[in-house]
Amino acid sequence: MSTDKSQIEKLIDGTLPWPELRDDVLPDPKDPERFETTIEILQERVDWDDRILVPLNDHLYVVAGDDGRTVKAECGHELCSADENWKLECDIRAREEQEETAELYPELMTPDPDWTFQIREYFCPECYSLLDVEAVPAGYPILQKFEPDIDTFYEEWLDQPVPDGQ
Amino acid sequence: MSQEPETTQGIASDEYDRVEPPIGWDGQTLQEMLDESEQLLEDTGRYHGRERLEMKEDEPFQYERMFSRLRGALVNARETALHISASAIVREIGELAFQLYTPEGDCIATSTGIIVHVHTGSLAIKYMIEEGYEHGRTIQPGDIFCNNDNDLGNVHTADVHTLIPIFYDDELIAWADGVTHEVDIGGSTRGHDQLASTTRYEDGLYATCEKIGENDEVYQDWRDRAERGTRTPMFWDLDEKCRVAGAHMIREALTDLVDEVGVERYKEFTREAIEEGRQTLESRVQERLFPGTYRDASFMPVPFKQEGWNPVSQKDMLNHLPVEMEVGGDGGLSLDMTGASPPGPHPYNCSEGSMQGGLWVSLTQCLLHDGKVNDGSYFAVDANFPEGSVVNPQDPSLSYHTAWGSIMPTYQAVWKNISRAFFARGFREEVNTGYSESGDTMQGGGFNEVTDEYFPIAPFDLSCQGMGASASRDGLDYAYTMWNPETDMGDIEEWELIEQGLPFLSRHIKPNTAGHGKYRGGSGWETLRVVDRSYDMSLYKHVRPGVTNSTSGMHGGYPQATNYSVRVHNTDLEEQFEDAEYPISDKVPGDLEEDVDGDVVRTERGIYFPTTFENHDLVYYHMGGGPGYGDPLDRPFDLLKEDLEKEIYTPDIVENVYGVVGNLDEEEREFEIDHDATEERREEIREQRREESQSVRSFIDEERERLVEGDLSDPARRMYSGVFDRGDDWCDDFREFWDLPENFEINMG
Repeated sequence: MSTDKSQIEKLIDGTLPWPELRDDVLPDPKDPERFETTIEILQERVDWDDRILVPLNDHLYVVAGDDGRTVKAECGHELCSADENWKLECDIRAREEQEETAELYPELMTPDPDWTFQIREYFCPECYSLLDVEAVPAGYPILQKFEPDIDTFYEEWLDQPVPDGQ
Repeated sequence: MSQEPETTQGIASDEYDRVEPPIGWDGQTLQEMLDESEQLLEDTGRYHGRERLEMKEDEPFQYERMFSRLRGALVNARETALHISASAIVREIGELAFQLYTPEGDCIATSTGIIVHVHTGSLAIKYMIEEGYEHGRTIQPGDIFCNNDNDLGNVHTADVHTLIPIFYDDELIAWADGVTHEVDIGGSTRGHDQLASTTRYEDGLYATCEKIGENDEVYQDWRDRAERGTRTPMFWDLDEKCRVAGAHMIREALTDLVDEVGVERYKEFTREAIEEGRQTLESRVQERLFPGTYRDASFMPVPFKQEGWNPVSQKDMLNHLPVEMEVGGDGGLSLDMTGASPPGPHPYNCSEGSMQGGLWVSLTQCLLHDGKVNDGSYFAVDANFPEGSVVNPQDPSLSYHTAWGSIMPTYQAVWKNISRAFFARGFREEVNTGYSESGDTMQGGGFNEVTDEYFPIAPFDLSCQGMGASASRDGLDYAYTMWNPETDMGDIEEWELIEQGLPFLSRHIKPNTAGHGKYRGGSGWETLRVVDRSYDMSLYKHVRPGVTNSTSGMHGGYPQATNYSVRVHNTDLEEQFEDAEYPISDKVPGDLEEDVDGDVVRTERGIYFPTTFENHDLVYYHMGGGPGYGDPLDRPFDLLKEDLEKEIYTPDIVENVYGVVGNLDEEEREFEIDHDATEERREEIREQRREESQSVRSFIDEERERLVEGDLSDPARRMYSGVFDRGDDWCDDFREFWDLPENFEINMG
């Protein structure tokens, strides 16, 4: 199934009408160029020149820059090198008490404060976009949720040289 | 030719000819076939060493036709058998499935329905082979076997399998397996997913790969035992007939196929079909995912301190369900749950086969929508469910009655891991942040005042939950469940016919259940029911999670709301009914009290244990929403306006989380945004994020101190203590993260 660039732009924007999503984007087989098209669109939209190697979420990318591979926010803030846990460089708000969680959902529909359970919100320390939310018991380690194998992906799966040549 | 008994006017009158071992292919015993299969897989990495799919390549039309005929036979058996004879759960929402296995127990194809069972029947067959049934108990044409022993190949106790061997010229060529979900299994309390059960000895009726019939007829003593051992003998009988009839339909269809294509071609086809399933998964991994390591964790709260019956279970527990996945450069997929909690005195213990089933039901919804869905995908995934943990206890004495309490939270983490890979690859439409876990809403039963007949309470409208958001749109509202994606709510009238003493007063969207985000999770819904013209009515509620979340959102989206319980005893409904009035909602917790007088019992827990209800008592339950995706401040205003007008959220919550302010006309359900106030509120939220957050490094210092001082709740401490007792590598990672000494441990003292 081939999808054109404008459809992928709308998919990224969340504006693709349901009939097109259902008929052109969801069914198998998928567009084999999807990754390349997605990267091309994302690269056009950011205000910096570092090459995007893999998107981590709506506001975060692994990029190839002057200092090697880093995790970079859409606003331009660099958090850490690509192999580190970017969350450790964020700002965090941990909601645990009733008055803190009550802003999110009504009473009785949030964790019982007697269970020391936290809603952890991770913000970009530059633009304060919300990058991730975790629901974990107090004392739970901050997991590195994704360690992409970038070299294998480009060289073996796409059969292309890695864009940064590392 | 197949063996068939002599018949008189279509009724079996003579016995089948007995077969002597070996009954496997080409003079092999079943054990020899199983050993050879496992060895070839280990040596070559391919099912039965099939590197090239010769039949598929050389005779593609014949090959695909054979698969379609088998698949069609299984679906046909399901659709037909449930209309021949089936209980309400099975008929209304299709809680059944049929599978076809090779002689050594590998799934070739499955029907639609509760496809979680693709691998459970496999384990039961392999158990019978390894225990020497071929030579001792014997496996004969016309035999009927039954299994619901979770430790040997089942998901939970109320799922009952009927397995029949299929012979052709004295050779065993396949097994057909039919499984249905029973509304009652004769456990210590009424219901099909018990809450109070803490050991096997409270779970109810068990059949352990038991021969329950021969010459196509179920033994009289088995029928008597099962019907006397369950509270709903008519439903049991209907479902057993359904399973046997479906399995016999499959046998007939397979025999016709083999008559037509020849047994040797059929045999080769089965090898290739399973290997194709394995290869399909590997190629799909390379096509859709991104190589690397993925981690997530789920949590299952077990709030039994105040509710538990058995003294050993009277504590608040929290089960740890971590999932690390590896997408290998070769297209391989591995899953590791090292660090999972130990089993416990609760019904959420889960066998390895159940976890494999959960993996399978998940993969077929995200990676394997098409292709040959069979045990090939099982062989393609390297899964580690640590022995002795809650997800593979290897202990038949435990209760496995409600294993879904471990499966459902675990696969929230699996779906998030796979979704991160979809996102990285650009397939945003395939991202799914998870789902609302169905729990089992209301269970129990009572007696009809007029007829003195027992009626069960087991509504399966719970199969319509909120789905998680994707990275391109909102989650599906109140129309999804992960364990059987084809189910629907069923008809209220049908449930009321069965659940005679608990008519519905209302169904309504449950506001504020959907997880927040740029794309919100699907919404949940609520219902109110009243006890009517009944006696000896005992009910329990089982909606999870209550006191904590079990999962997170994704990429800035929030987890969905947690669940709670409310019920009202000694109500004034009798008087209200006389005036044609009654309550219809607890939209915002506390609303109900305004519309009914009585003894209201509200708790943060989504559960309560079996409780006696009297006529005109009020019963409430609600279904949850799905997790959200992305920063809520990125959600478009027009979608929020729609959310408010549809009552997905209430205005106060939208103002707090999304920063959208305006006026809602409650009667017309129209919302008008106040753009100036909205801009002001959103700037305030951004400012709050700056002011109320701290660096993660300083947070880590504070949390570390807290750990050292032991400033944790009992259930959190109990969770860490259980994992430390098991001593998995996870504990080393924990100490390393928090920079704690090698001998640091958390225990309950």
